[in-house]
Amino acid sequence: MNSILNILIDIASTPAILVALIAVLGLGLQKKPISDVVRGGIKTFVGFLVVTAGAGVIEGSLAPFGEMFQHAFNMQGVVPNNEAIVALALTKYGTYTALIMLAGMAFNILIARITRFKYIYLTGHATLYMACMIAVIMSVTKMSAVPLVLVGGLALGLANTIFPAIAQPFTKQITKNDSVALGHTGNFGYALSGFIGKYVGNKEKSTEDINFPKGLSFLRDSTVSITLTMGIVYTIVALFAGNDFISKNLSNGTNYIIYALQQAGMFAAGVFVILAGVRLILAEIVPAFKGISEKLVPNSIPALDCPIVFPYAPNAVLIGFLTSFVGGIVSLFIMIATGTTVIIPGVVPHFFCGATAGVFGNATGGVRGAVVGSFIHGVIISFMPILLMPVMGDLGFQGSTFSDTDYGVTGIFLGKLADMGGQIAVVAGVLAVLALLIGLTVFGKKKVNETKEAA
Amino acid sequence: MKMAAVCGSGLGSSFMVEMNINSVLKELGVTGIEVAHYDMGSATPDLADVFFVGGDLADSAQHLGNVVVLDSIIDMDELREKVKAVCVDNGLL
Repeated sequence: MNSILNILIDIASTPAILVALIAVLGLGLQKKPISDVVRGGIKTFVGFLVVTAGAGVIEGSLAPFGEMFQHAFNMQGVVPNNEAIVALALTKYGTYTALIMLAGMAFNILIARITRFKYIYLTGHATLYMACMIAVIMSVTKMSAVPLVLVGGLALGLANTIFPAIAQPFTKQITKNDSVALGHTGNFGYALSGFIGKYVGNKEKSTEDINFPKGLSFLRDSTVSITLTMGIVYTIVALFAGNDFISKNLSNGTNYIIYALQQAGMFAAGVFVILAGVRLILAEIVPAFKGISEKLVPNSIPALDCPIVFPYAPNAVLIGFLTSFVGGIVSLFIMIATGTTVIIPGVVPHFFCGATAGVFGNATGGVRGAVVGSFIHGVIISFMPILLMPVMGDLGFQGSTFSDTDYGVTGIFLGKLADMGGQIAVVAGVLAVLALLIGLTVFGKKKVNETKEAA
Repeated sequence: MKMAAVCGSGLGSSFMVEMNINSVLKELGVTGIEVAHYDMGSATPDLADVFFVGGDLADSAQHLGNVVVLDSIIDMDELREKVKAVCVDNGLL
C-alpha cells in the first residue's frame, strides 16, 4: 500500500509526468481519439524534458558570464531573460508551476464568468512563465501544498484577467474593435506607454508615415537578434575581463574572444531549445483551454500574444524596440554609477515588449508617444528586476531574472506582502484584489484602477 | 498538404493562427491538411507547402517561398478567405 502511495507521490512530484497527465486530461475532456491523447501526452512529457535540457545549456553559458562580469567590473551582472529563468526555476518548482498553471486557468475562466471582466488569457507560454514565478514566490512563504496551489492559482487567474483589462482601452484604439484583448506579460508597461503617449505626443503624427529601412527586419528573428546582442555583450565583457583571466580560468586556453562568442551562441542555443520544448508542451494544453473556455464563458474576449498588434504599426515596432533598448542601456550606466546590481539589457524583452510599447505609444501619441513611451518602458523593465529579485528566494541569485513589467508588478506585489505579513498577508492581498473585481462588477464602475495592482 | 503559421518567436501568435486555420478548415469541410506553427528562425521552405505570416513579417518571410500575408492576424474573415483561396488553388475545394 505504502509503495503505491510513494509511486503516486513520485508521479505528482515529477513535473514532466504531471504536465503530461494534465494534457491527457484536457484532450480526454474534449473527447479526442485515443491516438491524439497518447500523442499529446507523450509530446508534453518530452517537451518538458526538452525545457529542462535547455536550462542546462543556458546555465552553462551564464556561469562563465557571471565570472567574467565580476572580474571585469567587480559587480554582479544579471541578464533578464524569461526563458532562462523559467527553465532554471522549473527544475526545482516544476510541480507547483504545473498545478498553479492548471488552477490559474480554471480561476481565469471562473473570474471571467462571474465578473464583467470577460478576458480569457490564451497566451500559453506567458501563463506558464507567470505560474512559474508565482510558484517560486509562494514557496518562499512556506505555505503548504494545497493552499499554495489554490492561492497561487487565484493570483494567476486574477493577473490573467486584470492585465488584459488595463491595456484594453488602448488595445481597442489600435485594433479598432473590442473583440480581442492583449494577453502578454508586459501589459502594464504597454498601458503606461499608451497613457504617456496621450500626454507627450500627437497621434496625428504617426510612426507609419516614416519610411524605415527594411534592412532591420531580420532582427525579428529571435535567434539572430539574441545571438547578435549577446555576442556584443559577451565580447565587451570579455575585453574588460582580459585574455589572461579568461584563458586561465574559464576557456581552457582558447582565445578569449572566440570563447566569448561561443558562450553567447550557447545562450541563444539554450533559448532555442527551451522554446522548442515550450512549444511541445503548449500544443496540447492551450487548445484544450480554449475549447473549455469557449463553452463556459459566453461573450468572452480572448487575450492574445503581443505580436497581434505589430501589423497595425510596423514602424512603431522597430522604433519601440530601439528606444526601449536605449532605455535599458541608459539604465545600465545609472546602475554602474550608483553601484546597484547591474541589469544587462535583454534583447528579447526589449524587442517584444519594447515593440509593443511603441505601438501603444504611437496609437495615442504618434512618433513622440512611441519614443517616450517605450524609452520609459525600457527604463522600467531595467529597474523593476532589481526590486523583484530579492523576493524570489534562492532564485534571486542565478544570473538571470524575469523582465517583463507584469512579472514585476505581480511579483513585487506578492513578494512584498509575503515579506511584510507572510502567508496571511498574501492570502488577504489576493482576496482583496478578487473582491475589488467583484465590487467593480457589482457597482458597474467604468474603469479598472490599474494603480491598485501596482501598489 | 501542409500549412504553417509563422511568427517571431513561434509561441503565441503563430499558434493562434494555426488554431484559427484549423477551425476554418473544419468549417470548409476540408480534411487531410496538416497545420503547424514555427518561429521565423526555424521555418524553412520544406516544412510546409504554404506559410501564413502577419504583414509586419512579410519581408523576413520571403525565403519561405509560398507565403500568404495576413493584413491582420486576428481577422477571421480575412483568414477564411485566404485559406479558402489556397484550398481552391490546390484542388481541395
